[in-house]
Amino acid sequence: MADALTGTGLTMLALLLPFVGALLAPLAVRAFGGAAAWVLALLPLGAFAILSRHLGAVSEGQALTAGFDWIPSLGVRFSILIDGLSLTFALLVTGIGALIVLYAGGYLKGHPHLGRFLSFLFLFMGAMLGLVLSDSFLMLFVYWELTSIASFLLIGFDHTRTAARRAALQALVVTGAGGLLLLAGLLVIQAITGVSELSALAAMGSVLRDSPLYLAALLLVLGGAFTKSAQFPFHVWLPNAMEAPTPVSAYLHSATMVKAGVYLLMRLNPVMGQTPEWQMLLPLFGGVTLLAGALMALAETDLKRMLAYTTMASLGLLVLLTGLGTPHAVEAAVLYLVAHSLFKGTLFMVAGIIDHEAGTRDVTRLGGLGRAMPITFVAGGLAALSMMGLPPAFGFLAKEKTYYALTGGGLFVTILLVVVIIGNALMGAVGLLVGVRPFIGAPVKTPKHAHEGPPLLWLGPLLLAVKGVAIAIAAAVTHQMMTTPMASAVAGEARPVTISLLPHLGLPLLLSLVTVALAIAMFLTATRLRAAITSPMDALGWGPDRGFDQMIAGVLRFASALTRRLQPGRLDAYMTAGFVLLAALLLLTPALNGEWPNAPVFPADIPWDELAIFAIALCGLIAVVLAPNRLTAIVSLGIQGFAVAVIFLLYGAPDLAFTQFMIETLSVVILALVMTRLDLSPSDHRPLRQLLPDAALAGLVGFGFTIVLLKVTSVPFDPALSTFFAQFSKTIAHGANIVNVIIVDFRGTDTLGEIAVVMATGLAVLALLRLRGGSERRLADNDPDAAEAVETAPLQGRGV
Amino acid sequence: MEPVFAILVGIFFAFAVYLLLSKFIVRMMLGVAILGNAVNLLIFTAGRLTREVPPVIGAGLDGPVTATANPLPQALILTAIVISFSFFSFLLVLSWRAIDALKTDNTDRMRLAEPADDPAPPAGY
Repeated sequence: MADALTGTGLTMLALLLPFVGALLAPLAVRAFGGAAAWVLALLPLGAFAILSRHLGAVSEGQALTAGFDWIPSLGVRFSILIDGLSLTFALLVTGIGALIVLYAGGYLKGHPHLGRFLSFLFLFMGAMLGLVLSDSFLMLFVYWELTSIASFLLIGFDHTRTAARRAALQALVVTGAGGLLLLAGLLVIQAITGVSELSALAAMGSVLRDSPLYLAALLLVLGGAFTKSAQFPFHVWLPNAMEAPTPVSAYLHSATMVKAGVYLLMRLNPVMGQTPEWQMLLPLFGGVTLLAGALMALAETDLKRMLAYTTMASLGLLVLLTGLGTPHAVEAAVLYLVAHSLFKGTLFMVAGIIDHEAGTRDVTRLGGLGRAMPITFVAGGLAALSMMGLPPAFGFLAKEKTYYALTGGGLFVTILLVVVIIGNALMGAVGLLVGVRPFIGAPVKTPKHAHEGPPLLWLGPLLLAVKGVAIAIAAAVTHQMMTTPMASAVAGEARPVTISLLPHLGLPLLLSLVTVALAIAMFLTATRLRAAITSPMDALGWGPDRGFDQMIAGVLRFASALTRRLQPGRLDAYMTAGFVLLAALLLLTPALNGEWPNAPVFPADIPWDELAIFAIALCGLIAVVLAPNRLTAIVSLGIQGFAVAVIFLLYGAPDLAFTQFMIETLSVVILALVMTRLDLSPSDHRPLRQLLPDAALAGLVGFGFTIVLLKVTSVPFDPALSTFFAQFSKTIAHGANIVNVIIVDFRGTDTLGEIAVVMATGLAVLALLRLRGGSERRLADNDPDAAEAVETAPLQGRGV
Repeated sequence: MEPVFAILVGIFFAFAVYLLLSKFIVRMMLGVAILGNAVNLLIFTAGRLTREVPPVIGAGLDGPVTATANPLPQALILTAIVISFSFFSFLLVLSWRAIDALKTDNTDRMRLAEPADDPAPPAGY
């Protein structure tokens, strides 16, 4: 069904343009200041123009794909899909994006970080555009997470305020976690169907729906969509995201990013929809979100937070309609999505202008601004009209279609109808409160002397508001170019949209009248309703927002406790852990592989002198452990060392014995030098309950080494190397002592390395001895004892 | 003789580990010294044991005429002894400085880097 795309290069350029903007924005702002917005807005406008070229083909019902191999070995492609659904989204992203850039230029005029802000905004625009145009799953996921990151940067733009930092983190945690769920969901879908591109998925619907893993895939995907689209109870981040500057709220958190979840659901509707689970879960979550959002919107007095909660409610309505999946419901969802992007973006910008020019966003402290800000009033009024669903605004078409979709169904659908009527009425009331209330009535004294903003500010909202009416009046063209292809893509089959502004008598119109009447009634009694909603919420005291704080605090506490446990700061805990691991390695390896050594055969005729040496070594060891004072311990250490030297001597290793004698002597000497200088006792202070486990662990490690050595010596010895050295020591290297020849000739480079190590150690010792400042005592220079210790340091060099 | 040596090596390791697990630096130093010997004996035994005949070629000969001790582990151990000694002396000076600066030889009380009452990370945002 997918056709090849013509003009691929140009379309890819459209994908790239916002990222170019992200790079250029700081430079442009440096050069032109706030006026840079006029130049930068050309980039999204260019992308808009490039993408518009596909309108013709898409309106004929085509789905266009293009792309190239990205990671061929993994079967990952960089591919885009342009059909009615993605093109509508792409045009909204770039079209509204251009207006938002202008608005941001006016809103943050003179802000020292305007360039950075625009850069983040463009980054988001590029991510969102990529998200809706992605065909391959992996691209979709990458762009999805990139929108979360851009949103994090934008919400936390005013990073000196704690509330902004908290809101940014909250949004990132919630939507980022959702993104991971989405990735898992996409992987499950890929595992079920074997395809990794959305365009190819269209033909796999029945395979996916009949799979036993369908529910798992559905829940994972819903986890991604519901967090992104702020469905209850994952909505908490959206109202808090109002900490971001208003252009961000107007763009990300109403018109575009929060719709990504809805986009995903619409995209998957033809393949995953029309199942009992889908038709149950989506309307349920959507309905609860709609009602909760609309109620909380009325409870607020801050213009932006009111709008944020109505956005949440609108997203609930969209999810509800998408979930129903009936022809009328799909058409209604498409119409409402377009209408909402236009009127909500406008209202946010209007709220921003009011805040900017009047100095407050508190609806109870605003009134009578219409005379001072006529253009803003026109924009706000038109948007409120659309939000209430009144003609001649586009919202009217959406509301009519919604009621068509919800009438004449069973009990479940009728309950949904009631929910939607109440939700729509509440949203209509809020629309009036935000778009009309501040402009009418008696003038209220505001913190700033209100007057109309500059063109950069009012141009965006005015154009959007007018557009919301224009596309309703020219409904025939709108349907042909945009809504019909989009509805067809969402439904997975041809779905012509024909609804127009002409009144069509019937139940839906009656329900519309009821809704509007309710909305006006609620608008007039807003103050009392607000109190009625706020008091039970205050009484409850706990909400998902508090829950987020508790979760973060819990995670931090858990992390601290775990760190304290894993990293107690006690050396013996680390050593114990290390030796337990060593013992397990030594003993579990033969145990698990069944490779225990055979029972050792001890020789019957061990010479008495050898036995005596072993006994001396053992005595030395025991004496070290039991020594009552440190001198005894040091001497005993010497005993075991000399015993080892004698063992070397007896077994044909005179060189080793010689070195060992020397080293042991030196060790004992410097140990005595250091230890006698410190007023310490070497005897063990460990309590018995600690001594016994330590002894057991030590015994296990020793036993493990015995086992390994027994096993090693029971397998045949491969003398190849030793034979080689014996054979060529004299003939090639001209040395009679084979050990010496190995060290200085065959492995001469190793020995050089060893000397380097010893020298480095010597330097380190010297540095430690001369170190000053860390201790009150002055060493080396004026302390004769310390000077002696310094002299011992170079000795090890001679020890080689 | 290898089985006897295997047991001897095990005993050396056990004593070294036992000393290393004590919380007192001086005793841990003794453990380090013994550990070095344990490892050397381990390598020595793994290369098989031959009594009394050092790997030296007699005058006028091109190679050893009788079976000699295995020269390879001896070369390895010779290196190991020296390295372990320099390691030991470095540790010794380091612990001396540590004891001097921190006024204790109990590792439980050496908490400068990881204080016991380390405050939890800030809980805010």
